[in-house]
Amino acid sequence: MKEDKDVLVKVEGLSKKFCKDLKTSLWYGVKDLAANVVGNKAERQLRDKEFWAVKDINFELRRGECLGLIGHNGAGKSTLLKILNGLIKPDEGKVTINGRVGALIELGAGFNPILTGRENIYNNGAVLGFSKTEIDTKVEDIIDFSEIREFIDMPVQNYSSGMKVRLGFAVAAQMEPDVLIIDEVLSVGDLGFRIKCMSKIQKLLKNCAVIFVSHSMPQVAMVSTEYILMQKGAVVSGGRDVGAGIEQYFSKFSSKNKQVLSSKNVVLEEIEITSEANHIFENQLSINTGDVVTISGTLSLPPHIKKITMRLGIFNIEYRIVAEVDSRQTVDYLEPKNGQYKFNVVINNLNLRYGKYTVHVHVMDFDTNEKVLRYSDATTFLVKNTLPIGADFLLPCEWS
Amino acid sequence: MQHYQTKIYQKEHSKGVLSYLKDSLNDIYSSRFLAKQLAVRDIKAQYRQSYFGILWAFITPLTTAFVWVFLSLTGTIKLTDTGVPYPLFAFTGTLIWSMLKEAINAPISNTNSAKGILSKINFPKEALVISGIYKLLFNSVVKFVMLFGFLIFFGVGLHASLVWLPFVLLGILVFGTALGLLITPVGMLYKDVVKFINLGLTFIMYITPVVYVIPKEDGLMKTLMELNPLTPLIVTTKDFVFGTEPMYMGYFLIIMGLSIPVFFMGLIFYRISIPIIVERMSA
Repeated sequence: MKEDKDVLVKVEGLSKKFCKDLKTSLWYGVKDLAANVVGNKAERQLRDKEFWAVKDINFELRRGECLGLIGHNGAGKSTLLKILNGLIKPDEGKVTINGRVGALIELGAGFNPILTGRENIYNNGAVLGFSKTEIDTKVEDIIDFSEIREFIDMPVQNYSSGMKVRLGFAVAAQMEPDVLIIDEVLSVGDLGFRIKCMSKIQKLLKNCAVIFVSHSMPQVAMVSTEYILMQKGAVVSGGRDVGAGIEQYFSKFSSKNKQVLSSKNVVLEEIEITSEANHIFENQLSINTGDVVTISGTLSLPPHIKKITMRLGIFNIEYRIVAEVDSRQTVDYLEPKNGQYKFNVVINNLNLRYGKYTVHVHVMDFDTNEKVLRYSDATTFLVKNTLPIGADFLLPCEWS
Repeated sequence: MQHYQTKIYQKEHSKGVLSYLKDSLNDIYSSRFLAKQLAVRDIKAQYRQSYFGILWAFITPLTTAFVWVFLSLTGTIKLTDTGVPYPLFAFTGTLIWSMLKEAINAPISNTNSAKGILSKINFPKEALVISGIYKLLFNSVVKFVMLFGFLIFFGVGLHASLVWLPFVLLGILVFGTALGLLITPVGMLYKDVVKFINLGLTFIMYITPVVYVIPKEDGLMKTLMELNPLTPLIVTTKDFVFGTEPMYMGYFLIIMGLSIPVFFMGLIFYRISIPIIVERMSA
């Protein structure tokens, strides 16, 4: 019995359909309005131009648990959240929620641009369900948390988008929900404030059941105790192994970004990346943080290039370079033979955090110092955490 | 631990009509601060970005009244004697008419302007309806303060019957809001509804004794006006304002009596329709 009480969110066979065409959608809307009046008990079939935006979702969430909802744009995550938040009704299935629901979705919704920050605290607070006395007692905390006291009596239309988010979060953070829904709110605002938000959320996490949507996998890895990976409305996988879920999420990005800039007929004939365990996941190498990785390959070069240097850049999914290895770290130059060069580089302790990475190959002519090849997205690999990491990588270290 | 409030979301309604009404009324009570806050927000925002501010509340009925006064004074149209100075009669009529029109449009325009939060935050939507009534009341009070000035200016004076005015006005607002609530769900989907309603009201105004009285002799106009449910609303309010004998008190009370159940029906329809509207309007 106690077990059941702890379940704050229970989702059974939840489905929701949407219509692709506006005119048709509006007409269905009118029909639904009419059907709704008489109870709307009939089973829902897909009508013309409709599709399942969310199909057959099941999960249970207890206090202290955090469900990371991952999936690419249009996978149905936000639709699912809207149903959980009671904004729209499911077409099939059932959601049971015990306790108060708080949602951090698009902060500062309902701000009036003409009114001042302080006035908008009251408006936003009222919309979120606070009473006047509650806001009166919290208003100073809210202003302090937002760190924009100086501008609090200025019309919100003169605020920067970051300031609006600060104020919005500061108000929403005053909620004490049992079930917390977070949709992609931490991708805005400056770094300092994001950290502040994250720690506030961490605090809330302990006392609620959380449903967390984010495209930042490190954040998901950090806070989630379980995950659901969605694709086209349906569940691809789910469970307690968040790491496996994230790995699968990354593998769903196909990199078709290959860009080759070559002068002097330098060609990357082949490239291969391997590790000791050589765990292949969906056609990509998957390594654990700290594994030893070997990248090898063959370049073909015109005969006049006698000496070269090479550099491999490792880029993360956001296309930011996070690490590099350079041939000059160990030798002055490399010497091609018979118009070919076979390279082999061993990278010890590749301590990257979670994610999908791509390898970019650069080749320089040692004599002229000219870049003769730049090959983007030569190969890709996935990294799985052994430890949850906030930074881009762990430094090698000795503890005693 | 605190006692849990359990919410269940599923496709069909398992509840009866009355429990929806109960939920709706509960939400109206629990969201009274929100309703007030929304009304204050809109009123402040409306006047803060305007130089003439509150004057605009008078300008529309004044200009309409002025047109009719002009038509009447120049002899372009010949109107039956109204019993009070015609400018006052025309102004009062258009004032009441504008209130009724605003009340009918209020639920839909308030819901429309709350689109942004409707698709993101789950709050008691009834607050939008109630805040709409607050805003209408505020506007009406402003307008009637000016009307009182006119009453004194034109020598009609302030009659004792004016004490009933607040109730009559509230009645008109509830009646208008009730109609508005019934059209809101479809109106949120199709913009045609608002256009159609406003077009319709423009015509209905001519078969309602707004700027002229009901003709004494029988005829099509008299029949239409006496059947028109808006007639008793306008006429009775005017009678209370001018201190004359209310002619249509019976019909007025029937309309008022009906508007309360209609208002409740509107609330229920609005409540069950909002999720469908949110689904169809949000990206």
